[in-house]
Amino acid sequence: MRKLVTSVLAGIGLTLAYGTSVHAQDKELTIFWAEWDPANYLQELVNDYMAETGVKVTVQTTPWPDFQTKAFTEFNAHGDAYDLVVGDSQWLGAGSTQGHYVDLTDFFNQHKLTDVMAPATIKYYAEYPGGSGKYWAIPLEGDAIGWSYRKDWFEDPKEKEAFKAKYGYDLDVPKTYAQLRDIAEFFHRPDQKRYGVAIYTDNSYDAMAMGVESAIFSYGGDLGDYASYKVDGITNSKQAAAGLEMYKDLYKFTPPGWGKTFFVEDNQAITGGLAAMSMNFFAFFPPLVNKATNPYADVTGFFANPGGPDGKRFAALGGQGVSVVSYSKNKDEAMKFLEWFIKDDTQKKWAELGGYTCSQAVLKSEAFQKATPYNKAFYDTMFMVKDFWATPEYAEVLDQLNQNIYPFVVGGKGTAQEALDKTAADWKATFTKYNRYK
Amino acid sequence: MASVALTHLDPASRAAARGWSDLTIRNMFIIPTLAFLIVFNIFPLIYSLGYSFTNFAANRSEPWQFVGLQNYRELLSDDHIWSNFVTTAKYVIVSVTGQMIVGFGLALLLNRSFPMKGLITTLLLLPMMMSAAVVGLFWQLLYSPSWGPINYVFGLGDFAWLSNPDSALYAVAITDIWMWSPFVMLLSLAGLSAVPQHLYEAAAIDRAGWWYTFTRITLPLVSPILLIALIFRTMEAFKTFDIAYTMTTQPTAELIAIRLYKQAFQQWDTGKSCALAYIVLIMVLAITNLYVKYLNKVKER
Repeated sequence: MRKLVTSVLAGIGLTLAYGTSVHAQDKELTIFWAEWDPANYLQELVNDYMAETGVKVTVQTTPWPDFQTKAFTEFNAHGDAYDLVVGDSQWLGAGSTQGHYVDLTDFFNQHKLTDVMAPATIKYYAEYPGGSGKYWAIPLEGDAIGWSYRKDWFEDPKEKEAFKAKYGYDLDVPKTYAQLRDIAEFFHRPDQKRYGVAIYTDNSYDAMAMGVESAIFSYGGDLGDYASYKVDGITNSKQAAAGLEMYKDLYKFTPPGWGKTFFVEDNQAITGGLAAMSMNFFAFFPPLVNKATNPYADVTGFFANPGGPDGKRFAALGGQGVSVVSYSKNKDEAMKFLEWFIKDDTQKKWAELGGYTCSQAVLKSEAFQKATPYNKAFYDTMFMVKDFWATPEYAEVLDQLNQNIYPFVVGGKGTAQEALDKTAADWKATFTKYNRYK
Repeated sequence: MASVALTHLDPASRAAARGWSDLTIRNMFIIPTLAFLIVFNIFPLIYSLGYSFTNFAANRSEPWQFVGLQNYRELLSDDHIWSNFVTTAKYVIVSVTGQMIVGFGLALLLNRSFPMKGLITTLLLLPMMMSAAVVGLFWQLLYSPSWGPINYVFGLGDFAWLSNPDSALYAVAITDIWMWSPFVMLLSLAGLSAVPQHLYEAAAIDRAGWWYTFTRITLPLVSPILLIALIFRTMEAFKTFDIAYTMTTQPTAELIAIRLYKQAFQQWDTGKSCALAYIVLIMVLAITNLYVKYLNKVKER
């Protein structure tokens, strides 16, 4: 009898244990992101979460050009295919006001994330409207515009001598856009298949806008007053026009046919030995330090965005925060995942895997800044970033900017002032249409 | 035994023997087809027509409002949209003219006997069997000023086909000509092979020249099928999206289909994009009707 009871209890115990295990295995979260290296690092990171909790987390990706369309198609259909999304910073307005994102303000305050994450990442990846104290995302991947360059070209004594003779100062990592332009001009030698600089020119999404705004911000310009939606005199200020003029000037020193370029081409400019300097988001730099993907890995250096004529120094913000999709059927599980993600140990591991943590403590640590040749430049950049409009109609606003600046920069049509005057007029009309001026 | 006996009957008799009338068989095919058409074509068409008179945005939760003809008015008074239409018209003219000339020219060359004719015809048909997006990416590489073979072969140095606002549209049109000339060639070959040989023999007896034979016999007899090719290619060229989208971001090559895509799926201006789609539809229908009228006249001759 005792044997029978023991057997039955053991059986019940096993069944319960098996049942619990199956139940945990059944839980599954899907995170949607664009197809790039950081998404692979995130998949690696979340495998730890699965090991700890038994909850399977899948990072589903799609190529960058489809990312926005695919995400918003799912949001608009109120689909539950994704539980979390690592959305672009400019999606915050649309994601929050249109009900696609779960309000994370309580979560943010409870975990005092304003003290944990870098200030710029909270401002641009999490908060909407600006200054409201309402949060919709947890900063996940910090990113911004930076530069790679050919150290061997810069350090060649003959080149240094020739540069000094021509420009009157030492050839070194540029501190200002004017110096960057001089260096680009100096190394631009089409007859030797060597070119000065590689910049973003693709106007199908935000590539060119990010490049241009980096220059505009550093020249003391702005895209507008994000609180009042005022654009007249700001978007088309003289400083903004000077920044745009500089960007167009740089385009002269790009490799031929550089009219539809984004991160792939700008990395190829270095891996193919084409350009002296190349603009890119920091998240795209890992292949440049890998000998398997860059034959010049040993001689590739990195620097943060240079300053403008008045010493102001800014860079366009990339990167993303992770939001809980309001149509998810696993919102509670998603919140548990976020609690795990913000832990110090997780953030440290995230940085070790290659992700750009937004945790202040990790960013400031010596270990992080020395981990790669570009982490120090990334750290410097994350304290001088500015972003594009995050208003719900950002896509329309972005398209209008592209329509106006692209013909000037790549096509050589009109002037910088005309392009920005037209942009200011278009934006004013758009913000009026959406009743932003109250 | 009955099933064995049925196999000796023709299909209609077999169906009748099973108790299916002609009407039943017809309905079995027609009703699903009609249902499919209504659900997937006609219903969305009417639904989107309704949206074109509203300010509906698929990404907003607020209720939409009826705005009458406002979307149409705004679109027709928008300089950007007109510039997209002008670009599309240029593209259609260059691309379709090129396809007709190259396609018909190839058909004339292939309409005679020579060794390996079958293999060459098959190879010439390959471009139109490829995906348009792949063709776009492939030609983007061919045009590359740094390593593309086109500039090398023609000695054009660093000429940037796709970055140059003046050449981008033509570069895309050339790609479209390469891809779709085989379609025109195929239809033209069918037309050429249908021309009665005795007409050429009679012309030869009368010592008619090549040009006379071509303009008085070949062209008039092939022109109805050429017009059909023209209708198809014009409609397709008007809708071109993938090749142009993958090849260049030049505003001078922004076709109306690209603008429509941006309006609908990047800006989520659903009501307005529906209105734009209807404007495009009306234009395509008008052009096609003109062609069809001309085609009927040609057939009556």
